[in-house]
Amino acid sequence: MAAATTAEPIAPASRPLRRKHGGGTRGPERTTGWLFVSPAVALLVLFLAVPVLMALWVSFTDWNGIGTPFRLNVPKAGLRNYTDLFTKDGLTRQDFMTSIRNIFYYTLLVVPLQTSLALSLALLVNGKMLKAKGFFRSAFYFPSVTSSVAITTVFLFVFNGGALNSILAKVGISGPNWLNDSNGVVQNLLGALGIADPANPPSALVNHGFLSLTWWDWIAGPSVAMCAIIALVVWTTAGTFMVIYLAALQDISADIEEASLLDGANPWQRLRYVVLPMLKPTTFLVLTLGLIGSWQVFDQVYLATQGGPDKTTLSPAYLSYTSGFKDHSWGVGSAMAFVLFAIIIIFTLLQRFIMRDRTEAKARSRRRAARRAKVG
Amino acid sequence: MVATVHGSRPRKPAKRHRTAHGGRSFTATFLAYAVLVFLALVYLVPFLLQIVTSFKTQTDAANHPLGLIPHPVSTRDSIGRLANGSPGFPRALANSVLVTVLVTAGRVFLDSMAGYALARLRFPGRRIVFGAILAVLAVPGVVLLIPKFLVLNRLGIYDSYPALVLPLLADAAGIFIMKQFFESVSENIEEAARIDGAGTFRLFWSVVLPMARPALITLTILSFQGSWNEFAQVLVSVQSPQYYTLPLWLGNLVTGSLGAGTQYPLKLSGALLATIPVALVFALLQRYFIRGANEGAVKG
Repeated sequence: MAAATTAEPIAPASRPLRRKHGGGTRGPERTTGWLFVSPAVALLVLFLAVPVLMALWVSFTDWNGIGTPFRLNVPKAGLRNYTDLFTKDGLTRQDFMTSIRNIFYYTLLVVPLQTSLALSLALLVNGKMLKAKGFFRSAFYFPSVTSSVAITTVFLFVFNGGALNSILAKVGISGPNWLNDSNGVVQNLLGALGIADPANPPSALVNHGFLSLTWWDWIAGPSVAMCAIIALVVWTTAGTFMVIYLAALQDISADIEEASLLDGANPWQRLRYVVLPMLKPTTFLVLTLGLIGSWQVFDQVYLATQGGPDKTTLSPAYLSYTSGFKDHSWGVGSAMAFVLFAIIIIFTLLQRFIMRDRTEAKARSRRRAARRAKVG
Repeated sequence: MVATVHGSRPRKPAKRHRTAHGGRSFTATFLAYAVLVFLALVYLVPFLLQIVTSFKTQTDAANHPLGLIPHPVSTRDSIGRLANGSPGFPRALANSVLVTVLVTAGRVFLDSMAGYALARLRFPGRRIVFGAILAVLAVPGVVLLIPKFLVLNRLGIYDSYPALVLPLLADAAGIFIMKQFFESVSENIEEAARIDGAGTFRLFWSVVLPMARPALITLTILSFQGSWNEFAQVLVSVQSPQYYTLPLWLGNLVTGSLGAGTQYPLKLSGALLATIPVALVFALLQRYFIRGANEGAVKG
């Protein structure tokens, strides 16, 4: 413990690592190095790498959960579990495409909403003269560190236990039956505008379709139930992204803001032409993290709606889970998981690739901005 | 509305404009606080309702879901039922504590060891191991649900305590955080100790670990929060109620066929008890949470 006090001041000092010694004195490091990493690596291999390979195998079989799938006479499916998701008209493709449609509308709303809410919260609580700053920051951040199960339980009470609808009733609105309402909001809107009647949809849209869903189903928009889940997720995750934005805001040097102030920029211009452009890399990070996260929604669906009503909150992750654990179509469930995996990995790699370029560009532009600020 | 906060921020160069903008600045400040208070209410009211409803009776909660004063104040349908009547709750609580303690201790120990080796020790395959860890970080948890079940089943430990703990010990993010930390600190003290003739493990245990306290606290908090809250990964690891953790117990209650529209005092008080430990740690050590969030984002 004595070492801790002496070492503390050194901790923040970061200097590039350089080895002073040659390999000679570090001979034992070969074995110690492996000794140190092997327990953690063994766990990662056993519970990440091996399971992925096992599921890959299962995705090529028709294993129904009886016995072990790792025997030679297990019924083989070849690529059928994958092709069924895309090319064969049937319940499997219909469910899968429904989940893709749902997650498309979900992402379309969640990502912009949580990003703009996070940015607004960060700008609001970043004020240097703001009173009770810590209180507001904690209030907005707290939901993202609590258990998804606990938060979803609270929102079940808010939406279905009558709390929200009693508030709405006070201002004369009769609220919908939130998590039990399967009506698509686009369909409702078309009905309200008198363009199409949801009770009697246009036959051109109902009689034709694409990938096992009618056009009327494709354009449905998120259901009211899905909107409730969207609200829950945006409310929960905005705090995490607010913290990321706050860190970036603190990086914007006061000099640059002062300079723009002296140039006579009003607060709106300062935000529009100075702060937002400088936050661009952060916004990119937040948008892509949101996109990657959206495709993984599981807990909230499992707890609040189990994919219902009318499958309008079915998400690919939840569908993959139920295909295996509930329907015992382990091959189909695994195949769905790998398709989902591929989609998410593409987003992740794209993000890492672009971020690498941006980090360099950011350093360049920051130097340029600093120079300009000095000159100006 | 966002810009107004900046406008309200008195800055030295703006002083001479004060007469011109004084009125607007006051309105702006007022508006900014109004928006903030409204948003704070949106964030706090659900928790407030959760607490209040935990002291309501079933009928009171159903008839006055928004009532801020329980009438009568009673824990008969909520906490009281958790303590004695409700099957499985005490056991789930004990399981949660056990899993959280084991997983947190295990992760902190294994991750810091691996992170230290990757940052400091030269051994063949180091780059490959680190590359593999970066790759693993990109694997989303939800696609591992069926795979986890398959391996636990194969190992014959599905539906057991090892199934609850062992998979959660595998933690690439923690290794990454520790490696980054060790690379950011000076090597001088270790060098000095090494010259004194300390072996690598003794050096690690008595010199390196005490020095790594800030990173260890961050990692402890991330692990504690992660394992206490974990739902999906434990959902596929066990099925018998005797192995339920708190999130599983609550999830089972919430999705159960006992009637979705009822029992809100019981459900909300269960959710409250699942929230309190995290809330306490959050209140005491918030800055470490924030550090963790930013480190998590960088790795993303």
